[in-house]
Amino acid sequence: MNPVNPNNPYGDSPQHHILSVLVQNRPGVLARVAGLFARRGYNIFSLAVAPTEDPDFSRITIVVNVESTPLEQVVKQLFKLIEVVRITELDPRKSVERELMMCTVRAVGDVRGQILELVNVFEGKILAVGTDSLTLSLDGSPDKLDDCEELLRSYGIIEIQRTGRVALPKLDREARSRATKGKAN
Amino acid sequence: MSQKETLTGAEALIRSLEKEQVDVMFGLPGGCILPAYDPLLKSSIRHILVRHEQGAGHMAEGYAHVTGRPGVAMVTSGPAATNMVTPLCDAYMDSIPLVVITGQVPTTAIGTDAFQECDTVGITRSVTKHNELVMRAEDIPMAIRQAFHVATTGRPGPVLIDVPKDVLQNSMTWNWPSDDEVIDSLPGYKPTTKGHPRMIKEAAKLILAAQRPILYLGGGVLKARAAEIVRELAELTQIPVVTTLMARGAFPDDHPLCLGMPGMHGNATAITAMQKSDLLIALGSRFDDRVTGKVSGFAQEAKIIHVDIDPAEQGKVRRPDVPIVGDCRLVVEELVKAIKDLLNGGDTQADVGPWRSRLSGWREQFPLAYDAMEPGGALKPQFCLEKLRDGAPDGTIVASGVGQHQMWTSQYWNFTEPYTWVNSGGLGTMGFAVPAAIGAKVGRPDRTVWAVDGDGCFQMTAQELITATTENIPVKIAILNNSSLGMVRQWQEMFYGERYSEVNLGGGVPDYVKWAEAMGCVGIRVEAEEEVENAIDKANSINDRSVVVEFRVEQMEKVFPMVPAGAGNDDLLIQPSQNSRREFLR
Repeated sequence: MNPVNPNNPYGDSPQHHILSVLVQNRPGVLARVAGLFARRGYNIFSLAVAPTEDPDFSRITIVVNVESTPLEQVVKQLFKLIEVVRITELDPRKSVERELMMCTVRAVGDVRGQILELVNVFEGKILAVGTDSLTLSLDGSPDKLDDCEELLRSYGIIEIQRTGRVALPKLDREARSRATKGKAN
Repeated sequence: MSQKETLTGAEALIRSLEKEQVDVMFGLPGGCILPAYDPLLKSSIRHILVRHEQGAGHMAEGYAHVTGRPGVAMVTSGPAATNMVTPLCDAYMDSIPLVVITGQVPTTAIGTDAFQECDTVGITRSVTKHNELVMRAEDIPMAIRQAFHVATTGRPGPVLIDVPKDVLQNSMTWNWPSDDEVIDSLPGYKPTTKGHPRMIKEAAKLILAAQRPILYLGGGVLKARAAEIVRELAELTQIPVVTTLMARGAFPDDHPLCLGMPGMHGNATAITAMQKSDLLIALGSRFDDRVTGKVSGFAQEAKIIHVDIDPAEQGKVRRPDVPIVGDCRLVVEELVKAIKDLLNGGDTQADVGPWRSRLSGWREQFPLAYDAMEPGGALKPQFCLEKLRDGAPDGTIVASGVGQHQMWTSQYWNFTEPYTWVNSGGLGTMGFAVPAAIGAKVGRPDRTVWAVDGDGCFQMTAQELITATTENIPVKIAILNNSSLGMVRQWQEMFYGERYSEVNLGGGVPDYVKWAEAMGCVGIRVEAEEEVENAIDKANSINDRSVVVEFRVEQMEKVFPMVPAGAGNDDLLIQPSQNSRREFLR
């Protein structure tokens, strides 16, 4: 693993890139993509994969930590995989990103109320309540999750799981109006 | 529409191979692939039964090297598939089109650690251009069509198709996908073959402006069948040419513009020409570390035009000034046109005369050289190679293993024709020569095929000479026997203070003549200078069986010139006898 700031794992480092990779939905394709990263010595920070609107294709959202020159090599090598159909690098400023976090946090006595308030502020949900802990879920932008995670840390995080981000390009004005018209029809 | 025909998966597999115009395949049957060997009995395809699966893979490579057609190998699951890994990786590194069929345990047994089960697609994923586990008999024709399409188009490479035993046994309705269906089934695979016109025009301008240009040919020139048009480009512009290890034969060595091989054991002129060049026109070459030496010290003043069909090669090692993604033949055709257009439009080319005379000076001062043999001393390997070269019938194809003998062969052979050199460049696979030579002979039975091998290499794959004998594929093997792992010994001498560790293969065994005879070949041992020519003449006169000629050569001989690993190309070590004129090499 590359050294990552534990308080802000997604950070604004120039090495951080989001690749949206459209692949044929076939057995082994994820192993192929992951294997390529490993073989060429590139580090995957997070990865999310699911079928798209067309079940023949899946979209893999990969967050990768590299400088831009090696990134060009990653993308080119990735594109050589027969099952990779399209690769888009998403500029964080021009895309919408979402992530889901689940977290079990220590919650005894007075603290419990504070945590509930915090979850409320972040518009999270309580999924389970134990005698001395709570499990909560929170979705939103990775930054929001980072902030919440940092605040929860002081209460004592017992277990945390984040999904890694999924992302789509932002619609520009023209595309937005096209989308609206499409709906109207 | 004719009536629907029902076949077994195995019958569909063999019919698919026939429809892909496979005339020969190399293989060895076993448990899981057994069903496919049954319809093979009635097939038009010639099957060559090897003695080890690695041999089948290298034979298929040798066949592909000389014919340009994909080599086909078929083996069983488990250990057979793992034995195929080396040839697959070799073909992947050198962009050789191969289609390899492996048997797999029945679909119901996959994942249970069944007998002779291994995760073949998992193991071979990183050494194939593509691979596929076929889970239904009706998918076999499409899988085979895709395999041939992917293996032979774009940057060629190996494709593996893994077929479980029950899939071979099951029934299917015969179908043969159309070209369009094949292309539609691969939406992520669209190789670019035509170069970008603006880039081509820019390249043409750079070429006309360059004062010290070099054409840097790689194996891609051969893969693209571009040798003829590249020659036209060289002659039109009078630009000197270097041919890398993978491109030997792509441009004739006896052509006045040919400088020969650059790189770690290239000749001093070819290496230095690249170093001093102001424009490298890289055609189907990939700036391999064996060519560039230390990258930061490589051809520092040169602009780069890089023509390659694989976009990932552009900028992988050295950022090109003009990248052109495309098929080498199509791009160079357009490039020649663009240059002619510019010249017809009144542009003129910079004078490359001074550059060429500088190169001629180096060639005169720094020819390939070796110290003369001591009277009564051991044979010089270079001398044996000169005699082999001079005695070889016209059109001879030469294969080699990996190591000193490979470098000497590449240096001393006189390549005048494309597709006459078969070797393992990228992976450096010892033991490549014997099976590759057999595959080459199968592909070009009209040609004499010599394999130049080392004693270390020969011991790795010699058993395939039994295949050559039983299948009546006569090849000729020259073993340069220095009783050691020669290249390793050279490095230990030069870079490890003469501390020789585990490189000695001596001790009087094996007896290569007896070994050759045991495999049905003629064995000849040569120890003295005066026997060399007679032995070669005798070997060349025998055409009904394979011949093994063992040359007992000087153990301490080193390959020169040499760029030590990690050093820059300016720091090449030339033949010691030429050191006194070293200063001229600038």
